Amino acid sequence: MALPQQKTDLTEARIAALALPEVAGWSEPARKDALARLRATGLPHRRDEYWRYTRPESLTSPEAEKAAIFDAEEAPLFDGQAQLKIVFVDGVFDAEASDDLELAGIEIERLETAAQSDIHWARGLYGSLETAGQTPVARPLATLNTAYASDGVLIRATGKADRPVSLIYQHRDETADAMLHHVVRIEEGAALTLLENGPGAARFNTVMEVEVADNAAFHHIRIQGRDHERRAATHAFARLGTESVFKSFTLTVNGVMTRNECVIELTGDDAQAHVAGAAVGDGDFHHDDTVFITHDALNCESRQVFKKVLRNGATGVFQGKILVKADAQKTDGYQISQALLLDDDSQFLAKPELEIYADDVACSHGSTTGAIDETALFYLRSRGVPLAEAQDLMVLSFLAEALEEIDDKEIAADLTTRLAAWLARRRS
Amino acid sequence: MLEISNLHVKLEEEDKQILKGVDLKIGAGEVHAIMGPNGSGKSTLSYVLSGRDGYEVTEGSAELQGADVLDMEPEERAAAGLFLAFQYPVEIPGVGNMTFLRTAVNAQRKARGEEEMSSTEFLKVIRARAKDLKIDAEMLKRPVNVGFSGGEKKRNEILQMAMLEPKMCILDETDSGLDVDAMKLVADGVNALRSEGRSFLVITHYQRLLDHIKPDVVHIMADGRIVKTGGPELALEVENNGYADIMAEVG
Repeated sequence: MALPQQKTDLTEARIAALALPEVAGWSEPARKDALARLRATGLPHRRDEYWRYTRPESLTSPEAEKAAIFDAEEAPLFDGQAQLKIVFVDGVFDAEASDDLELAGIEIERLETAAQSDIHWARGLYGSLETAGQTPVARPLATLNTAYASDGVLIRATGKADRPVSLIYQHRDETADAMLHHVVRIEEGAALTLLENGPGAARFNTVMEVEVADNAAFHHIRIQGRDHERRAATHAFARLGTESVFKSFTLTVNGVMTRNECVIELTGDDAQAHVAGAAVGDGDFHHDDTVFITHDALNCESRQVFKKVLRNGATGVFQGKILVKADAQKTDGYQISQALLLDDDSQFLAKPELEIYADDVACSHGSTTGAIDETALFYLRSRGVPLAEAQDLMVLSFLAEALEEIDDKEIAADLTTRLAAWLARRRS
Repeated sequence: MLEISNLHVKLEEEDKQILKGVDLKIGAGEVHAIMGPNGSGKSTLSYVLSGRDGYEVTEGSAELQGADVLDMEPEERAAAGLFLAFQYPVEIPGVGNMTFLRTAVNAQRKARGEEEMSSTEFLKVIRARAKDLKIDAEMLKRPVNVGFSGGEKKRNEILQMAMLEPKMCILDETDSGLDVDAMKLVADGVNALRSEGRSFLVITHYQRLLDHIKPDVVHIMADGRIVKTGGPELALEVENNGYADIMAEVG
C-alpha cells in the first residue's frame, strides 16, 4: 500500500536533514535495510493509532527545537556508586571524560569503531531486535535510529560485572540533535547492570537492543532528569532466553516531550521481564510510556509498574500491552499504571491491553487516576508537617511502588533521596 | 490549657449539626475523659480540634493556652502543642516511619523557631522511646503503619506523641481493637507522658481504658453536648448501668 503523500513528505524531509555515516562497516547493510523499511512505513503522524495521545511532530521534524542548557547545580547522579563511566556530549563520545572501556567479564566498544572490524558479535544483532519489534506495531523512530545513529556502545557480558556500566549523556549545545544506538548481549550465565542518565541533547533519539541469553541477567536503571526543554524518544528492544532476567526502571522528571518505548519478547521458558517507571511532571510536561511484552514461552513472568505524578496541566500517557501466544502456558503477567493528579488541569491517558491465546495463564491489569488521599494528608499535617511538605511525602509514597521495582536497594534509596530533594527544590 | 466554649459544628457538605454547644475546660496537667454513645459527636470534637476538613464551626470557640486554634491550619495546631492520636491511624506506603517522624519533629521545631534535632540526637531519643513501647527497630524502618497490627498502630501513635511532646493530647478511641495486654502497654505509654504541663482528653466507649489511664474528670457526651460531668466514678456508673440511666436523668 502506498504511503499517504503527507507521510512521504514528512519522512523524506527528515531523511534529507540526515546523512548515513561515511564508513559504516558491517552496520551498513542493516542501516540501508532500515532506511528502506522507514520509507515503507513512514515516520509517525499524529493520526496514527499508536500516536493518538502523543504528538510526534517535535520528534520527527527535520530540525530539533532548541533546548536551554540545564545547570543542575548538584552532585551528578549515581555519584557514590562504583561504576564504569562512558560519557557522550551531545551524542558524541567523550574519551577524556570517560573511563577506559575495560571491565573484567565485559567487552565494551564504540559502535563507530567496532563496525570497522570484519568479525564482530554485534554484526548480526544490530538492527535485528529493532526489526523484530516492528510487528505488529511499527516503531519508525527506532527504524530511523538504526539507519542514522551516529554512535553507540556495544556491550557484551561474558561474566558477572563487578560494577555497573554507566552511560552519561551531557548536553552542551542548545540545538544538538543526537541519535545513539546501543547493542547489548548478555551471554549465558552472565550479568550486567546498565545505568543511564543525563539530558543528552536538545532532541535525543536512542535505541538499545538487548539480547539476554539463557540464565543471564540484565538490570537497567535510567534517569531522565530535570532539564525541562529536552525532547526524547527512546526504544529498548529485548529478547529473553530461558531462565533469564530483564529488569528496567526509568525515572523521568520534567521534559516537554518524552516517549519511552519498551518491547520485550520472552522466548525462553521461565524468563522474567520487569519494566517500571516513575514520572514527575509539571506544566507542559508530556510523558509517554509505551510497552509491548510478548510471551512466547512457558512459565514466564512479566510485570509493568508505571506511576506518574502530574500537575499544572501536565500530561501522562501509558500504552501497555501483554500479548500471550498460544504456546505460552503458565504465563504470569501483571500490569499496573497509575497517575496522581495534583490538580484538575492535568491528565492521564491510559490504554492497557491484554491479548491472550493460551488458556492456562494468570494475567491482570489495572489503571487508576486519583488525587492525593485527603485523610493521609491530614494525618501528616496533624503531626506538624506543613501542607507542601506533606504533599511531597504523599508523592514519594505514591511513587515508592515503582521505585521498589529496583533490585539494588542502595540505588533505590539514593534515588528516593534525590527525588525528595528535587521535590523540595521545586517548592522554594 | 484547653478551653472550649459553646462549640457548634455542622458538616460542611450537608446540613447536619453534630456539635450543639460543647463547653469544656481542661486545666494544665489534667486528664479528662469523654464517654458517650455512638454518634454523640466525640470523634467530631477531636477532628474539629485538630483541624480536619469537612466541618464548619457555626458558633463558639476553642482556645489552646489562650490561642484560637480553630483559626489555625492543622500543622500550626500541631506546632502549638495539640496532638490527636487517631482511632484509625493512616497507612502511608513508601514513607519510612523514622523519616516521617523526623520530618514531623523538625517541622514543628522549625515552626516554633527552635533548632532542628540532629539525626544522632533523634536516633538516640527515638530508640529509647520505642523501647519503652516495645517497638522494635524493624518497625521504625517500615513504612508508616503499613502491615502493622492494630496494637502496633496504636503503639506507634503513642510513640509519635512521645517524640512530638505535645501539651494537649487527644486520644480518640485509642483502646478500640486492642487486647488487654496491648491496652496496658498503650496506657503505660500514656501514663509515662503525664506531667504537670501536659493535659489529656481521652475519648473512649469503655471504662476499662480508664482503669489504666486514671482520669481526673469524666464527661458524658450525648447528642452533641456534654450532658454530665463528674469524677472517675461516673465512668464506673456507665460501665455498670449503660447510658440509659444518665440519659433519662438529663432528659
